Parts: sequence; C-alpha cells; structure tokens
Amino acid sequence: MLAMNYRGPYRVRAEQRPMPEIKHPEDAIVRVTRSCICGSDLHLYHGMVPDTRVGMTFGHEFTGIVEEVGPLVQKLKVGDHVLVPFNIACGKCNFCKQGLYGNCHESNPMATAVGGIFGYSHTAGGYDGGQAEYVRVPYADVGPTVIPADMDPDDAVMLTDVVPTGYQAAEMGGIKPGDTVVVFGAGPIGIMAARCAWFFGPSRVIIIDHLDYRLEFAQNYAKCEAYNFKFMKDPVEFLKKATDWYGADVCIDCVGCEAEGNTLQTFSGRVTLMQAGAATALQWAINSVKKGGIVSIVGVYGPPFNLLPIGNVVNKGITIRANQASVKRLLPRLIDHVQSGRLNPKGLITHRIPLEEISDAYNIFSSKLDNCIKTVLIPPSARS
Amino acid sequence: MKNIPVNIQDIPGYGMDADPENEPTYPMKNYTGDDHNRINYERSEQQPADVELLMSTERPALTAVFGTSTPPSGLSGMIRRYAFKHSEDRYRHWIPLILADRINVYEGVLGDLAHGHIPNIFAERGLKSSWKYNKKGVIKKTVVAVLVTAAIISFFRRKKR
Ligand SMILES: NC(=O)c1ccc[n+]([C@@H]2O[C@H](COP(=O)([O-])OP(=O)(O)OC[C@H]3O[C@@H](n4cnc5c(N)ncnc54)[C@H](O)[C@@H]3O)[C@@H](O)[C@H]2O)c1
Ligand SMILES: [Zn+2]
Ligand SMILES: [Zn+2]
Repeated sequence: MLAMNYRGPYRVRAEQRPMPEIKHPEDAIVRVTRSCICGSDLHLYHGMVPDTRVGMTFGHEFTGIVEEVGPLVQKLKVGDHVLVPFNIACGKCNFCKQGLYGNCHESNPMATAVGGIFGYSHTAGGYDGGQAEYVRVPYADVGPTVIPADMDPDDAVMLTDVVPTGYQAAEMGGIKPGDTVVVFGAGPIGIMAARCAWFFGPSRVIIIDHLDYRLEFAQNYAKCEAYNFKFMKDPVEFLKKATDWYGADVCIDCVGCEAEGNTLQTFSGRVTLMQAGAATALQWAINSVKKGGIVSIVGVYGPPFNLLPIGNVVNKGITIRANQASVKRLLPRLIDHVQSGRLNPKGLITHRIPLEEISDAYNIFSSKLDNCIKTVLIPPSARS
Repeated sequence: MKNIPVNIQDIPGYGMDADPENEPTYPMKNYTGDDHNRINYERSEQQPADVELLMSTERPALTAVFGTSTPPSGLSGMIRRYAFKHSEDRYRHWIPLILADRINVYEGVLGDLAHGHIPNIFAERGLKSSWKYNKKGVIKKTVVAVLVTAAIISFFRRKKR
C-alpha cells in the first residue's frame, strides 16, 4: 500500500509499504478515504517532538472504510464508512469513563503525560498513522463513528480533530455572555475556535496572527475581528488598550510551540531547543487576560518545560485550562451543529492533494504557500 | 524518616467543607470519583509484544494496546534505550531522544543507500512547490546562501595569505 514515510526534519515521501495487520482482538483495519495534514504534524515535520523515528507514517485526522475487524469487535462492521477521532481511547479506564478520551491510560506505554495518538511519534504511542491507504485502528468499538449518510466526507474528516479541538478551546475558556475572547493563531484550529466561541455568547471575538491571508480568511469565516501582530509595537499593550485597559475575559492559545514574535522565546525554544518550543503566544495570553481571567490552551508544546510568567498567573489569579481535545465526548453535539447547517467545517479546506504528492503537500502547508489553510490528502484507492 | 499511619477521619474538621460542585475541570471532565480506585478498572486484553518496546518508567506495565511502528535500532536505538531508563520528568530522558532523532536521519540515508535507493532530498522537501508559489523567496534564499558561502571562502583565503 502507499503510505507517507518520514525521513527526517522537512523530508517526507510517499512509498509502498507493508499492509497494517490486526495486532489486538479489538483492532480494525481501515481503508483511508480522506486524511488531513494538521498543524500538529508540522511539529513532527520540523523535528520538534522527541522520539520521532525515521520510517514512521504520520496522520491522525482521517476517515475510511472498515476492511477487517478483530474477533472482539462488536459494533463496527466491515464496509462501514467511519470518521476516526485522533485520540486512541480504551473507553474503560477511569479517564475515558470520565470523558477524558484524550488522556486514556491504556493506549500509550511510552509516556504517561500524553495518551495514544495516531501517527504522532513514539512519545504518543508509536502508532503508524492515516496518511496512507490503510491504517490499524485499535479499540475499534470506542473511537470510530459511522459517518451519517447525509454528511459530506470532507465535513466528517474535519470532525476527527479540527472542529472538536476548536470547540473545546472555546468551551475550556468558560466564555460567559458578553465576554471578550482573544484567540491567538489563525490556523485551522484558531479559526475554528473563534467560530465556536460564538456558541457561548461573547460580545467580541478577536483573532491575532501575523499572516494577512489567514487573518482575512478568519474574519470571513469566523465573523471575528482580526489583527496582525507584525504591525503592533507590543501585542499585549495593544490588547489591553483594545479591552478598555482591562484585559480580555478569555484568552485562547491556538499556536503552540512554534510561535513567532519574541526573539528570546524563538531562540531558546526553536533554534536551540533549550525549552520545549517558543511559548510566545501563551506568554501573551497570560499577560493580556484580565485578573481572574481564564487562559485556555490547545496549542501543543513539547514535554520538558517552557519559559512562562508563572508569577503573573499567581498574582493575577488566572485559571489555566488545557487539554488534548476529547473528540469522542464532543462528537454528538458537533455532528448536530454540522447537520443543522450551523457549522461548515469543510469551508476551511483550501487544498486537495493526492497522497502521492505528500512532499509538496507538507511544504505548501508548512511554508504557508498558495494561501493554504487546510490540506486534505486523497489516497489513490479513494479516487477511483 | 518513618511515616506514621494516621486515621484521617480523626483530623478535626476532616472533609467538612468538601464541595462536589467545585470541580473546575467540568464540563471537560464528568467527575465520577473513580480516580480514587486508581488503576483498578476493567482492562482490555493485553496486546502481545512482538517488537521491542520502550516503556515509560512511570508505568507499572505496558498499556493494553500500543503502536509497533519502527522499533529502536542501530546507534539511535541504543540512545533511545538509555533515555527510557529515566522518567519523563528528566532532561536526560528527552535530550537523548532528540539526539537519537537526529542520528536516526543519517541512519535513514544509509538505510536508503543500502537498499539501492538514493534519496531525492529536493523532492522529499517538496521544493517544487516552493518554486511554483514562492519564486522570490527561493531566489532570495539562494542569493543569500551564495553570498554567505563566498564571504566565508574569501575570509579564509585572506587569512591564509
Ligand atoms: N490540543 C489539541 O487537541 C490539538 C489538536 C490539534 C491541533 N493542536 C495544536 O494547535 C496548534 C494550531 O494548529 P493549526 O493546525 O491551526 O496550526 P497552524 O500552524 O496552521 O497555525 C498556527 C498559526 O499561529 C500563527 N502564529 C505564530 N506565532 C503566533 C503568535 N505569537 N501569536 C499569534 N499567532 C501566531 C501562525 O502564523 C499560524 O497561522 C498547533 O500547536 C497544533 O499542534 C492541538
Ligand atoms: Zn490534528
Ligand atoms: Zn482509556
């Protein structure tokens, strides 16, 4: 089968690889119909995530048709067209039982600080991912969800990560009617977070980035205010002023460890890897939220540590809420939002690229070429 | 120091102000109290380990399922095995893993060559699309690279003289 193959930072290719096999009685093998490239994949692609081994296949946002199921799989049937949440979750451990499907205790032996994720290095369990024609899906009765008959597969694939992550970013913000919400990062996740923030009734949603094309897209898609930090003397001062010198009620970090905008953070976090990535956006979030405000983090950071103004968190009485999105928990609500026409996830897709051209697909998304927002890869077997 | 067992119920005021509604993780977490049963939940069958796996020192045993992609091998594998002797709290876990990742890139190139495949790094980096969508950027980068190389060469030439 054709699959993505990681060769080192900034180097990937598509090539023929062995078919995945059932390794556990609750596994399924899925033939991929759609597979996205995510901002999270860029952290792997740029060599930022420890234990990313050469030869691995990435991809955690995919839909596909069930080809084979293990002997203990009861609900899922061969032929079902499913969307597969990016978290690998057992459904039985205390974390899964309490809805924390992104924090399953039975899917990643390599680290306790993160649950299993498809195609996301050995730090997240060592699973080959879905940027391939076929993929092994553990706990097939827990995560995979049959795509409703009237749903566009392009909408379905966005429900595996982008929509739930954006929604949870807003949900964790504890947004109250009338609040001012600031979203850092106008990538797919930030745009979706800004869009979903409106479900909670704020009076203003502001998005911050340094790429004009993304800000413009965000403004149209999420109906929010958009500002370019490249043209600000000081983003924190700008946001204080924009909120009547009070601070935002809620700040949301949708940037993660490859933030731009602060030389010290960039040098220590991205050039020398002395910290787990540049925490610029999070620093801005902490410093521009009001006293007693809430900072919601979905941007991804590496495991060791980051330089952050913790003193300000204490002195301002800030509540920090963060997690990997719990896709399965949110799916019923989000499927409803999509089916009722309130949300249009596929509207974020700007690029559709054959899996064979994966090297270019990564470069286009990573280098922000051709006004790229979100890229979907289509395997050859899904095109005929 | 020896720990003396205490009966917490005897502590004055024990549990008096507990408020089950004060659950800051809600609605992300549907608190059930099961956390106090620790790892004594019903578990799926164990996936048999048929490849070499490196396990966090912060776990008692493997998880019920795990990935079997790219087992550790070569020099990078030796470094990864060392890294996994230390907990996730330690830099001596993460730094060696990053070092192993970098060494692994060279092992990957050697592996390709051993299979008679010369990696096309230009194609793997997707540079065709850079040329297509960002000619200016590519030209700028190339010019800068040429100038920097020329400057370094002339610096060392002058030093020799
Ligand atoms: N928690 C989760 O479950 C989860 C799920 C998916 C993605 N993520 C993470 O969310 C983050 C965003 O994902 P994405 O797909 O949108 O990625 P992306 O790379 O497309 O978007 C990031 C955006 O942030 C902008 N940016 C850089 N520095 C900034 C700064 N200082 N302030 C404001 N904006 C800045 C970039 O220009 C870019 O547009 C990534 O870290 C990704 O790993 C988390
Ligand atoms: Zn993703
Ligand atoms: Zn679980």
